[in-house]
Amino acid sequence: MTATAIAVSGLVKTFGPTRALDGLDLTVNTGEVHGFLGPNGAGKTTTLRILLGLLRANAGTARLLGGDPWKDAVALHRRLAYVPGEVNLWPNLSGGEVIDLLGRLRGGLDPRRRADLLERFQLDPRKKGRAYSKGNRQKVALVAALASDVELLVLDEPTSGLDPLMETVFQDCMEEERTAGRTVLLSSHILAEAEKLCDRLSIIREGRVVETGTLAEMRHLTRTLVHADLERPAAGLDKLPGVHDLQVNGTDGTRVSCQVDTAELGGFLRRLTDYGVRDLVSQPPTLEELFLRHYEAATPGGNGQATREGARR
Amino acid sequence: MREFAGTGKLFRLALRRDRIVATVWVLGLFLYAYSQAASIIALYPTQADLDQLARTAAGVGANPAVVAIQGPAYDASTYGGATAWQLVTPWVFLIGLMSMFLVTRHTRQEEETGRAELVSAGVVGRYAWLAAGLLFVLAVNAVLVAITALAFIAMGLPAAGSVALVVACGLNGLVFAGVAAITVQVTQYARPANGMAFAVLGAAFLLRAIGDSAAELSWLSWLSPIGWAERFRPFAGEQWWVLLLPLALILVLLVAVAALLVRRDQGAGVLPVRLGPSAASPRLRSPLALAWRLQRGALLGWTIGVAIAGLSFGAIAQDMVQAANEDPETAKMFARLGGTGSIADIFLAAILSWIGMLAAAYAVQAILRLRSEETELRAEPVLSTSVPRIGWAGSHLLVAAVGSAVLLATGGLVAGVAHGLRAGDLGGELPRVLGGALVQLPAVWVMAGIGAALFGLLPRLVVGGTWAVLGIVLSITTFGELLRLDQWALDLSPFAHLPRVPAAEFTATPLAWLAVVALALGAAGLAGFRRRDLVSGA
Repeated sequence: MTATAIAVSGLVKTFGPTRALDGLDLTVNTGEVHGFLGPNGAGKTTTLRILLGLLRANAGTARLLGGDPWKDAVALHRRLAYVPGEVNLWPNLSGGEVIDLLGRLRGGLDPRRRADLLERFQLDPRKKGRAYSKGNRQKVALVAALASDVELLVLDEPTSGLDPLMETVFQDCMEEERTAGRTVLLSSHILAEAEKLCDRLSIIREGRVVETGTLAEMRHLTRTLVHADLERPAAGLDKLPGVHDLQVNGTDGTRVSCQVDTAELGGFLRRLTDYGVRDLVSQPPTLEELFLRHYEAATPGGNGQATREGARR
Repeated sequence: MREFAGTGKLFRLALRRDRIVATVWVLGLFLYAYSQAASIIALYPTQADLDQLARTAAGVGANPAVVAIQGPAYDASTYGGATAWQLVTPWVFLIGLMSMFLVTRHTRQEEETGRAELVSAGVVGRYAWLAAGLLFVLAVNAVLVAITALAFIAMGLPAAGSVALVVACGLNGLVFAGVAAITVQVTQYARPANGMAFAVLGAAFLLRAIGDSAAELSWLSWLSPIGWAERFRPFAGEQWWVLLLPLALILVLLVAVAALLVRRDQGAGVLPVRLGPSAASPRLRSPLALAWRLQRGALLGWTIGVAIAGLSFGAIAQDMVQAANEDPETAKMFARLGGTGSIADIFLAAILSWIGMLAAAYAVQAILRLRSEETELRAEPVLSTSVPRIGWAGSHLLVAAVGSAVLLATGGLVAGVAHGLRAGDLGGELPRVLGGALVQLPAVWVMAGIGAALFGLLPRLVVGGTWAVLGIVLSITTFGELLRLDQWALDLSPFAHLPRVPAAEFTATPLAWLAVVALALGAAGLAGFRRRDLVSGA
């Protein structure tokens, strides 16, 4: 078994005039749960489809489990399972039939695990394809993938149709996959989900990976939004390290809001208490805000390095 | 009346939503009726011609197979009567088809997609959706019969008969709107609702087909709304009291539907949803097994259709001999169809060629399943398992190729047995007719090959392109000689190269060539598909 499950460099894919992937690099180590994060339309699904040999890249190289995803597709597909972002089922086949069929076409299914997953996801396998909701169709594909005996799971926004209860079940499943040593490539546009599940993250924007690493390595990217109601007007907050976009509101200047680098949050809060905190709201950064900052920084010029510097500002 | 609140608004929504769909239906059915009347007026310019037609109708019309398809002729010696003979039975069937599709589309389909839920949260009564849907279908039918009656009168047909004909057809067609109103209460999904309503329509057609063609069973026709439309006898001494039958039935259906509607929840059906097996059968383990599972229903339907066609036409081949002996015009018509054999053989060769084109339509439809599986994103999960692309696409090609062979064999077998029994020489006729059906196979495969090649090489064009090519080939084959096309144009149709068995000698060379062309097209399609991207996103 190689140490790198997925190695992609310089991948380019165009659809007519649109450049969906623009020199994408991605490395996924064997045995890790890797989050593939980006807003809709950034090129996540296109990347996954190239890795599955469903699309052919225009340029660049991609290696998957030591093989070529286009040429060795059939052999590689025995060793991986894929859950598409949009799962459509055959209207007249039951969910159980689809699970068995996909499992068999992959080369086998663990019947005990199948039964266990059906119960945990509370999925009735006797319903016909046309009778399932979006979330339930997704569960059918998830059960088929998770019950297969494979080395690599490729999951495209697998929780987008699941309710919070089922998301928890899914998170437990991912924990088991990690323990079992399987490699997972999980695309998502929800940072919180990736934070919970993933060992490492790659962030994709406009067809390129702009950040990659563990969450700790990406601390510089995360800022917390703070709104505070103070007893006395605060002074000098803008001089503190890691404080951005400070705004002072209210007639007497006792209402402040700003963004604080997560690494500097402790110091900022200690200082804040000096002014008497009546009310405090803090919001973790959303992925969208993160991207917004990338976009702001990247507008002039705009290669990956500049973006990175811009994010630190 | 609170239960009907919002009906008017929903009716206008239906008008807006279906301004194209309804227009196409109305225009199509109008042109069908118009062309029937117009062609009779053009083909039979004098009363002597009409009398000749009436004699043919009495002769051919007495043939059970013709009556089964077209209904009885009450008086073909007037333009109106001849039009009614040609038009009523198929037209009621088609009006019924339109009505039931439109009812399903505006009731159950709206619920299934969740659009009805969005609207029903507003000021919308319990009966409003159904009432608006039925009103819409009533309006569409009213427009259709009004313009058809006006056109008939403008062509010089008697006004009373024209009105009588369209009212009888429209009213009996509307019965099937009532049937669909019931089936959409019963099942939760539009497709099975349409399927159940269609089964009722088909049963109504069959009941009267049997009743009309067998004198001792003629009471069966009185059980069918299509039979009522015939027995109303437009242009042949109208029996107005017969209109009470569809009116009464529509009333009964409406009362029943109102009772069913209040017994179910929004989005649900009266019947509980049928569940499938919780695990797949051990055989469902290959792309071929999946392709067969997805396509077997359609093949069964086509096979039944071809069997009925083979039975009907096989059974009348022998009558054509008699018709040609009695009428030199008919004999000339057969001479134009070509071939050197007997009249029965020429007729059979023409019919078998027609069955060949039916099989080609089936094959195209089966091949295009590849494209819909791809665009509806059901190919993606299969192709990301260890199924090779060639295996997936080849499975559907194989189903189309074998399925069209099954169709031709069925059509040839049934027609051969029917003709053989009537000719009193089953052992002699069956192999000749069966052979005549099977020689169509290479041409059918060429049409399937065109679909496969387009799927692999020009996937965006495959649906429209393949149907267009099929339409052109069928037109050339059917009307090419009438239109006096050049030989090279006629030769474009693969069907033009087939030996006209049983009216001509069997020759293997053109069949071998066509088979080679079909294989090359199929291989090109598979090779193209192996190299191209799968469709991206919806």
